[in-house]
Amino acid sequence: MNRSKKWLALALISVLVLGAAIAYGITAYTSYQARSAEPSEVRTTTTSVTSTDPHITFRNTATGEGYGKVATVPLDTPSAARALSDQACDRVYATGAVLSCLQIKRGVPTTFAASVFDRAGSELASWPLPGIPSRTRLSADSSLVATTSFVTGHSYAITGFSTETVVSHVDGESYGNLEDFALWIDGERLTTADRNIWGVTFGSDDRTFYATAASGGRTWLVLGDLAERTLTAIADNAECPSLSPDGTRVAYKKRSGAAETPHWGIAVLTLATHEEVVLPEPKNVDDQVEWMNDETVLYGLARDGAAGDSDVWSIAADGASAPSLLIEHAWSPSVVNE
Amino acid sequence: MYISLSDRKPVDKNKATRPTRTATTRVSSVVIALGIVSMFTDISTESVSAILPLYITGVIGLSTVAYGVIDGLYQGISAVVRIAGGYAADRADQPKWVAFFGYGVSALARVGLLFASGFAALSAVIAVDRLGKGVRTAPRDALITASSEPDNLARSFGVHRMLDTIGAAIGPLLAFAILFFIPDGYSTIFVVSLAFAILGVLLLGIVVPNKRPRAERATAHSTPRARFRWRDLNDRRLRRLLLAAGLLGLVTVGDGFIYLVLQSKSGFAAEYFPLLYVGTNVAFLALAIPLGRLADRFGRARIFILGHIALLAAYVCAALPAAGWQLTVACLVLLGTFYAATDGILAALASQATSIDTLASGIAAAQTSVAAARLLASVGFGLLWYSIGRDSAMTVVAVALAVLIPVTAVILGGLIRAGKPT
Repeated sequence: MNRSKKWLALALISVLVLGAAIAYGITAYTSYQARSAEPSEVRTTTTSVTSTDPHITFRNTATGEGYGKVATVPLDTPSAARALSDQACDRVYATGAVLSCLQIKRGVPTTFAASVFDRAGSELASWPLPGIPSRTRLSADSSLVATTSFVTGHSYAITGFSTETVVSHVDGESYGNLEDFALWIDGERLTTADRNIWGVTFGSDDRTFYATAASGGRTWLVLGDLAERTLTAIADNAECPSLSPDGTRVAYKKRSGAAETPHWGIAVLTLATHEEVVLPEPKNVDDQVEWMNDETVLYGLARDGAAGDSDVWSIAADGASAPSLLIEHAWSPSVVNE
Repeated sequence: MYISLSDRKPVDKNKATRPTRTATTRVSSVVIALGIVSMFTDISTESVSAILPLYITGVIGLSTVAYGVIDGLYQGISAVVRIAGGYAADRADQPKWVAFFGYGVSALARVGLLFASGFAALSAVIAVDRLGKGVRTAPRDALITASSEPDNLARSFGVHRMLDTIGAAIGPLLAFAILFFIPDGYSTIFVVSLAFAILGVLLLGIVVPNKRPRAERATAHSTPRARFRWRDLNDRRLRRLLLAAGLLGLVTVGDGFIYLVLQSKSGFAAEYFPLLYVGTNVAFLALAIPLGRLADRFGRARIFILGHIALLAAYVCAALPAAGWQLTVACLVLLGTFYAATDGILAALASQATSIDTLASGIAAAQTSVAAARLLASVGFGLLWYSIGRDSAMTVVAVALAVLIPVTAVILGGLIRAGKPT
């Protein structure tokens, strides 16, 4: 090949390759537009979401209009038409009075934020998160909020991963990163480099809470104290705890199986007796469990083969029955009783 | 007063009359072509790595814990293959085709990305991409050296690194722009990434001429082509460079840590945390050529040391108790200065400290010693961070760097005085 033929070949192939990529992008864009303009694949209503009847607040993941928006269904009829709000959240938690919303703000740059809204939908406080939203919880009296996000390196070059878990008052005033709390395991203070804390669940006194602590591939259920700024391990192999409404039990993810093929199931620990029941959920759970009442827990499971879609399942907390599907195309449930 | 150009006196008569000057003012088109190859490849790589955490957690639905662990292993793979790539390029005297193989492997990994579902497949794809990157780096830098005048070697590397870093800055922005318009558009990002990888490989294969440094030298000196000998790598200057660069690498903690420090102090840095590295890259690309020119003029080892003084300043800036966006920006500019004064210059220094027969191996050895030392530094700094606290850890590393800078300046003494390649 002579010089000009080389350049001609290069130019032709470049146009072809870039043209194909652009064509692919345009097709993806138009199909996305079409999908999000379609009516939702589930029944929806526009009746008020500030209903005072007991309800479940969650993230709607049904394809079509309203994807990613906060939705509610009545607690006694979760299969009823869902009431959609205009608020988009990637992770959401609500009590009767306030709503905590973690968001991925897509754009150039893509940033992440946590916001707290009151019942009328006006923003009480908002602050940036250092990475992808993972978990959020509110205390029962709506005064404290906890957020967990993945602090990820931008590139292959940054080794390791870490979580940032912060407890704040709903007005934004913060107790700081829980990694700065003193972590005690079996009477010894743990100071290793790879400590990570995530998945907070609050006690009823606005002082104690439970969370996950991890180091060296192990995880612990820890009892936290906001006044003393301490975390004390009370059980092994427990992630993303959730305290039952009566305060007697904690449900969490429990890891089992071989190191290469781990399985995360759900277990319920009775705090007084340290009795643990593993619930019969064969699928891999990656969520922070939510208590529907003192007998039943809820959690999200990804839908097979449908990226970005999931369902909310329920299972008896005593392990007596198999899981059942509660809300289709939903994620991040919270039960509001007032 | 109006001064026409002809009124100006020649700045330096000696230099102006030296015939070699005109030849050294231009950077070879081969270097620019290699820079564009790297730019396309970096757009391809960085567009994917910027959104990978989102993709893993949002689409594959896995926690990033496992990813972090495996990521550390890949760093090790990359270092080993890098030496192999350098050796193969020297041995076969075919740097272009060894580099082509490396770029090609990474492009193939992009095809795999389109079909990878699940964590195991994704890890395998990233491992293959890493292998490609490890193989190609040293032969490509050897090609840059072989295509450049010895007098403006650092500037050639500056031009290459600038183009490379432009790609690293464009990639993430392109990916985020695609996600802005198509929120679930990960497959579009993978397709665009593949397109840029193919363009890079094609450009290298079709446009960049092959250089055979050993054969060319043999012809020039009408001596039979020397066999590759490991002994040639055992050059005193190269040993000193490896030692000095390795020592400095031991106190070079990952940018990620500095960003974390900034983020914990400044609301500005917290809000733009995911974009801080773009600020570093912008400073890097703006300064790569000017610092390369300075290095050719005043000595590459000197600028290499000066770059580490900029790093020291960045540590101090991060450890300062003050906050505010100005401090964050100053820190990013200092980090960018550090990269501009060390990344390409290290390759230039390695080239001048090794014989043409072991060019790619020498460059690979220098880059591996730095990469391995930095990996250790990041692990060690992580331990320090939690055992004595963030600010104390930052201070310890800053003091260690302040001590090592004069030490390494002495070790590099010969190279500093020599200034120019022999």
